[in-house]
Amino acid sequence: MDGPAIAADTRPWRDAAARPFISVHGVTKTFGDFTAVSDVDLDIYKGELFCLLGESGCGKSTLLRMLAGFEQPTAGSITIDGEDMARVPPDRRPTNMMFQSYALFPHMSVEKNVAYGLLREGLKKSEAYARAGDMLRMVKLEKLARRKPDQLSGGQRQRVALARSLVKRPKLLLLDEPLGALDKKLREETQFELIKIQETLGVTFIVVTHDQDEAMTLATRIGVMKDGMIEQIGEPREIYETPRSRFVADFIGTVNLFEGTVEAAAPDMMRIASPELGDVLMPPQEGLTRGQQVWGAVRPERFTLSRKRPEGAQNAWEGVVEEMGYIGHMSQYRVRLASGALIRASQSNRMREEAPISWDERVWLSVPPAAFRVLTQ
Amino acid sequence: MTWRRALVIAIPMLWLGIFFLAPFFVLGRISLAEAIIARPPYTPLFGRAPDGSLEIFASLENFRFLLEDALYRNAYLSSIRVALISTIFALLIGYPIAYYIARAPEPKRSILLLMVILPFWTSFLLRVYAWMGFLRTNGVINNTLMSLGIIDAPLRLMHTDLAVYIGIVYTYLPFMILPLYANLTKLDAALLEAASDLGASPVVTFLTVTLPLSLPGIVAGSMLVFIPAIGEYVIPALLGGPDTLMIGRVLWDEFFSSRDWPVASAVAIVMLFLVVAPIMWLQSVQNRREEH
Repeated sequence: MDGPAIAADTRPWRDAAARPFISVHGVTKTFGDFTAVSDVDLDIYKGELFCLLGESGCGKSTLLRMLAGFEQPTAGSITIDGEDMARVPPDRRPTNMMFQSYALFPHMSVEKNVAYGLLREGLKKSEAYARAGDMLRMVKLEKLARRKPDQLSGGQRQRVALARSLVKRPKLLLLDEPLGALDKKLREETQFELIKIQETLGVTFIVVTHDQDEAMTLATRIGVMKDGMIEQIGEPREIYETPRSRFVADFIGTVNLFEGTVEAAAPDMMRIASPELGDVLMPPQEGLTRGQQVWGAVRPERFTLSRKRPEGAQNAWEGVVEEMGYIGHMSQYRVRLASGALIRASQSNRMREEAPISWDERVWLSVPPAAFRVLTQ
Repeated sequence: MTWRRALVIAIPMLWLGIFFLAPFFVLGRISLAEAIIARPPYTPLFGRAPDGSLEIFASLENFRFLLEDALYRNAYLSSIRVALISTIFALLIGYPIAYYIARAPEPKRSILLLMVILPFWTSFLLRVYAWMGFLRTNGVINNTLMSLGIIDAPLRLMHTDLAVYIGIVYTYLPFMILPLYANLTKLDAALLEAASDLGASPVVTFLTVTLPLSLPGIVAGSMLVFIPAIGEYVIPALLGGPDTLMIGRVLWDEFFSSRDWPVASAVAIVMLFLVVAPIMWLQSVQNRREEH
């Protein structure tokens, strides 16, 4: 997993000695008898763009609101830049938040909205408006400074909200579904803009989102949440390639999951007996015993499709193409095996083959053992 | 289609015509006449001159009289003062109540709203009489204070300006609370969070976000208290003292004691304009605010 060492490693989470900037320790939040967040531990480092990813109701927004100070943890502690936040009200925290609904003040102009936080710091009016103007230039809204929020489009409002939350140069910026209300195209543009702004200002971002593509594009690291707990924390690549549970594997991208039991484990290879795939070779994993139930997860793009049985392939199955979708840069296949299992595979269209594999053809699917991820939960 | 539309608009128009415009013209016509001992007790508008030609009796003498006599001027000014002070107190008491109800969770909120409206289910007159029981020399308040040893002799509460203020604020408080409540429930809680997130203390959040956004509710509530309070007759008559001068009482005296209908009509018309003027002004202020 370890990539080549970069001269100045910008990934402090890989350094055991690095001091986290934000430290969430054993945080639990209950509302009545409902547990929204359950015993969460999280370390976030300076300059990170951390994504909390999960379905609605998984507790990600509650966690964000506890960081902002709108909710008090039932148990546990939150530390920002070495300071315990337990008794610090939202207006004294070194954080700013960009709300999902933007929460722009409807009775103030764009300019006044952005300058609001600076004026609360006791800044002189002229200076506050000058800095608000700079911020508006950065989000390319300087021409609309005198408008009221209801005279703006959704994308413009989103940028005002971003400018307002950034103008105070917070130590930590919290973004609640920042791109949720934008259409797809605007969203993609804004994603890269957001990364650029984050890198320019060096502010630590925590983004809450339910959109896995957004998380993959934006994040330095992702925390996948489920039922108030963090399932896995890791870099986007780690989360995708080495998910720790079936939930994470299935939540991020497309995956084929097969149930099986450990039949034989050697130091360099493991044989799994699967009712759907027969005997499958998978990479070895420590701590597994014979007869233990496991799941093999494999991404569609790891399969190779061919008309003839590939020579020397360790895992190969024959099946019929049930469905095929041509996307352009790639094609997606659903192949039905004799056992009844349906396998999702994809092939990149790098070459113009004379006759691409199509519907109802008998094909061979092969996958190297290393492409499997063995999961126990 | 157009006649159907006309039909729809005709109903409110007819209502306003019969119950507002027609009486207004009758009042206007009487206010231009002169009081005489007759039935009706004012001079007719049209008459025959000795030479047989048509004569019109109309003069602004009554209005001139109103301006010249200090009694009326003082009555108007003191009515405005009483209405203004009552409105301010109703706002100061009503705003926190409305805010609290608007922020209350659902089952509690309905119960609180019901409690605000509940007094309307008993007669207004009865409720004012109940206050007399409280404020009397040996009423509930004096007896309680004396038995607690806080005062030795009963306070004079009845027949004072204070009693009038208490009566008006008490009676019209729901009219202040309800529009404010309607306005404050619409206030997005995220805006308050955004303000506090940007460094505003609760007090500053209230002054910079809640208060300006609730201004339409404040205006509506204040109007609903100020307008009826300015012409209030029953409360000053029952709770007020002999020196409590309010225009409603003057109006009553002119009509029924002096039987001077023309002067009474003039008093009523001037009062109407006194009430309409602040409404028009506030409306124009609000329209201007919305444009910007």
